[in-house]
Amino acid sequence: MNATLVELKDVGKNFLGADGSARAVLSGVDFALREGEIVALLGPSGSGKSTMLRIMAGLITADCGEVLYRGMPLYGPADGISMVFQSFALFPWLTVQKNVELGLESKGVPERERGERAQAAIDLIGLSGFEGALPRELSGGMRQRVGIARALVVQPEVLLMDEAFSALDVLTGERLREDIMELWETKALSTKAMLVVSHNIEEAVVMADRVLIFGADPGRIREELPVRLSRPRDVESAQVRALVDSVYELMTAGSIRHGRVTDKEIKLRLGDRLPAAESSRMEAIVELLADEPFRGRADLPMLAEESGLDDKELLDVTTALTLLGFAHLDGGDIILTPLGRDFAQSDQAQRKEIFGRQLLENVPLVAYMRHGLDQDPSGDLPEQMFLKLLSYTLPESEAEAALRVAVEWGRYADLFAYNYNTGVIHLPDAAEAAEE
Amino acid sequence: MPEKRQFVPRIIVEAAGNRWDLILLPLVLAVIVLLGYGGAQMARPYQLGETLPISLEPIYLPYYLLRTTLRMFLALAASVAFSCVFAVLTTRYKLAERILIPLLDILQSIPVLGFLSITVTAFIALFPGNLLGVECAAIFAIFTSQAWNMAFSAYQGFRTVPEELNEAARVFRLSAWQQFWRLQLPFATPGLLWNMMMSMSGGWFFVVASEAISVSNQNIKLPGVGSYIALAIEQRDLVAIGWAIGGMLVGVLLYDQLFFRPLLAWADKFRFEETGSATAQHSWLLEFLQRTDTTRRLFSLLPRLLERSLGTSRLRFDGTSVRAQPRARGRAYERVTDAAIAALVFYALWTLVSFIHAEVGWTEVGRVLVLGFYTMLRVVVLIALAALVWIPIGVRIGMNPRLAERSQAILQFLAAFPANLMFPVAVVLLVRFELNPDIWLSPLMILGTQWYLLFNVIAGSSTIPTELRYAAQNLQLEGSLRWRRYLLPAIFPSFVTGAITASGGSWNASIVAEYVTWGDTTLEAHGLGSYIAEMTAKGDFPRIALGIAVMCIFVMGFNHFLWRRLYRMTQERLHF
Repeated sequence: MNATLVELKDVGKNFLGADGSARAVLSGVDFALREGEIVALLGPSGSGKSTMLRIMAGLITADCGEVLYRGMPLYGPADGISMVFQSFALFPWLTVQKNVELGLESKGVPERERGERAQAAIDLIGLSGFEGALPRELSGGMRQRVGIARALVVQPEVLLMDEAFSALDVLTGERLREDIMELWETKALSTKAMLVVSHNIEEAVVMADRVLIFGADPGRIREELPVRLSRPRDVESAQVRALVDSVYELMTAGSIRHGRVTDKEIKLRLGDRLPAAESSRMEAIVELLADEPFRGRADLPMLAEESGLDDKELLDVTTALTLLGFAHLDGGDIILTPLGRDFAQSDQAQRKEIFGRQLLENVPLVAYMRHGLDQDPSGDLPEQMFLKLLSYTLPESEAEAALRVAVEWGRYADLFAYNYNTGVIHLPDAAEAAEE
Repeated sequence: MPEKRQFVPRIIVEAAGNRWDLILLPLVLAVIVLLGYGGAQMARPYQLGETLPISLEPIYLPYYLLRTTLRMFLALAASVAFSCVFAVLTTRYKLAERILIPLLDILQSIPVLGFLSITVTAFIALFPGNLLGVECAAIFAIFTSQAWNMAFSAYQGFRTVPEELNEAARVFRLSAWQQFWRLQLPFATPGLLWNMMMSMSGGWFFVVASEAISVSNQNIKLPGVGSYIALAIEQRDLVAIGWAIGGMLVGVLLYDQLFFRPLLAWADKFRFEETGSATAQHSWLLEFLQRTDTTRRLFSLLPRLLERSLGTSRLRFDGTSVRAQPRARGRAYERVTDAAIAALVFYALWTLVSFIHAEVGWTEVGRVLVLGFYTMLRVVVLIALAALVWIPIGVRIGMNPRLAERSQAILQFLAAFPANLMFPVAVVLLVRFELNPDIWLSPLMILGTQWYLLFNVIAGSSTIPTELRYAAQNLQLEGSLRWRRYLLPAIFPSFVTGAITASGGSWNASIVAEYVTWGDTTLEAHGLGSYIAEMTAKGDFPRIALGIAVMCIFVMGFNHFLWRRLYRMTQERLHF
């Protein structure tokens, strides 16, 4: 077995809930990154994969467990571990050359050597000719090349990539990915191991030797899937497709919660996060599923292609659809339930009614909001109250996201209305009276 | 090797000087000589009580202008340094942030004259027998009118550095010194620059007060435009006032063209939005300097030195060292510091209350509060009136790109122009027509600050998306509907920004505007500003302190209960 570079032993990270008690973002993570491998992390939002990457980068300290780099404890960013960022994180006032030199400058490398090494990295990543350009003059793909050159120039042993291609359009992202894989395979890099956080399943399968699938609440490694295909891998090849299929299956299996991986539906609790799926997107997917060629049953990768949604968006929609009882999942396929078919054939008014009924039954947060409004004599409540409630179980930004989803769904179903300017949620009738 | 050539700086490739050098050399020499002369004059021997000769002859004006501008720039440099230190401390240390931010909030609502009356004797004692002490007092007074908003803007800039950039700086292990120069300062530069420009105008506004020092029983007139004006007011010389206005016009124009324009154009690269925008600044001087070999070499010296220092200051260990181990700082530390701060605040409050009780009496406090209310009324009414006047005009200008572009330079100039020069004219008119000073002195408060309103309304309306304009035209929105549903909401955020600046400026200006002298005529409006001005003239320290404290309370209350809320609301709900 190859030498271990970075090792996490029973690592956990907490955030402070609004009631002052600690909640886990990440718990019980055991992981070793070994020489010569690429590992991809996949998982729903809030599953802590970005947190784990940042712990390995030394940007966040773990609350419990051990983080070791070459067997030594890691307390902060280290020489030899480098990172590529989702939004590139280039310094806009520095030229490409200066941006790339940044990591060398901080090490006190003499100017001459700095220039030469930066030049080599720039050439390697296909940026020559743009040394004097400012980042704002470059396209997204070129900017990320600068980000990669900057990470490579310090000759890291470990390269961490945080959704490095997700801010790029599909084609550009694929090209950049292929270029990096080519460098990796031809051993042109000093890098001995890579860790890639992604929400693109295909990307993970094509790049990685191991795919780790994360689960949420609390974030943890749920599954590990070895990928033993020869390189270079063809996206269209049967083996890759089969693997992508099985990853979809693993990711959608059971699972919104707690350790148990079952196909049984698990009821949502009041303070749980909600999948970021707009009602209009859910409608569109239901219609797509009901129509030719799917006729009620679709392979998820096919549906992704047909709908043009990326993996994260698609998984959010399917989670939302299963949550509301419009569809269920079966081995990587999504199948419309009879209710889902009804929904697809209904007119707008009926749809709202069905949607509302399902919301009240299956989404405790929405039911609770409506309940509060019904009881309140004035028929309106400030959103802060619900935010507070959610912040007991979720970090602030995720509490906000969950409330936004609940409000959007509730509005669509006419369960309640919401005034953006005042931040007040109120019963729909009262709203019409208040207007004008 | 054509590729290689790109990396040899042009300075080396084109070693010989070019024709721009010929024009530049005398210019640079002249500036250096002038600065040296002005500087030498500042450190002359001087005995307290000696009167420095000030002449109303216009021939002396250029010299006075030089002295005043020198003071201004020294104060500005001090403000920049202060802002950087302030921003570094507050972003680095939580404790510093908890103490310094509220402190600055208080400091910035203390009127400039207040600082001067407290510090002038100390400064004079610092350099006995030399003019430098008085100069320092004047510079400090100007500094207090410039520094606060700059410090806030720097803090804001340091705070809002995007998280991923901070992470990148840490991953690539930049030291604190490197982070400061490579990340934080560049990020804060555009905001800092705009605030420098605003501060400069603020400095001009109080130039009379800070040069003709007549507080704490001192009566010193430092050579400068401010003293020139003070003398002209004493001698009722309207012609001299005219000359001073002219001189200042030239001065403002000069430093705008020679200093701020080039700086703004140069700082364009520090804008953070990554897409190029159309509002790039141009400066003939910068282009000229960039074409000149000598200056290019001169100006590249500084960055080179800086880069050398960046190379030497670096983190000596990385995250695997035992020294990187996180230090656990318990809750106890926080509680202790909290308790200490609370104790300090209570002690200060107690001292203040007992001081007021002993020295002034509570009826006086009531009276001053009422006066504060008068001034607040003036500020509110004036801002409302200014809004009524400037919103329609601003929108009209802003919707017309050509007009907007042309008006920008003029407006910046108007904003920079010290409105208090117009005060004597106002006094003459008020006396001539026997008008009520309680009402007719008020407009002076907003004379200088109203431009921020107009400026921001123009900026706001010029950024209304084109498609929204087409939509409004297409829907044939007319009359009140057009304003209520389309224009007013669209410009409201910029209006609030402008109103915040205008209101702050007006409070500060009230000290000058509610108490105006012209020779031996003194016009006074009832208000907090005139109270402070009057007490300052008398040197009644307890009452100055009371006036300042009350003004602090009003300004901070105003900011807290009105402006900050409005601002937050617009940031959350009303933007494109």
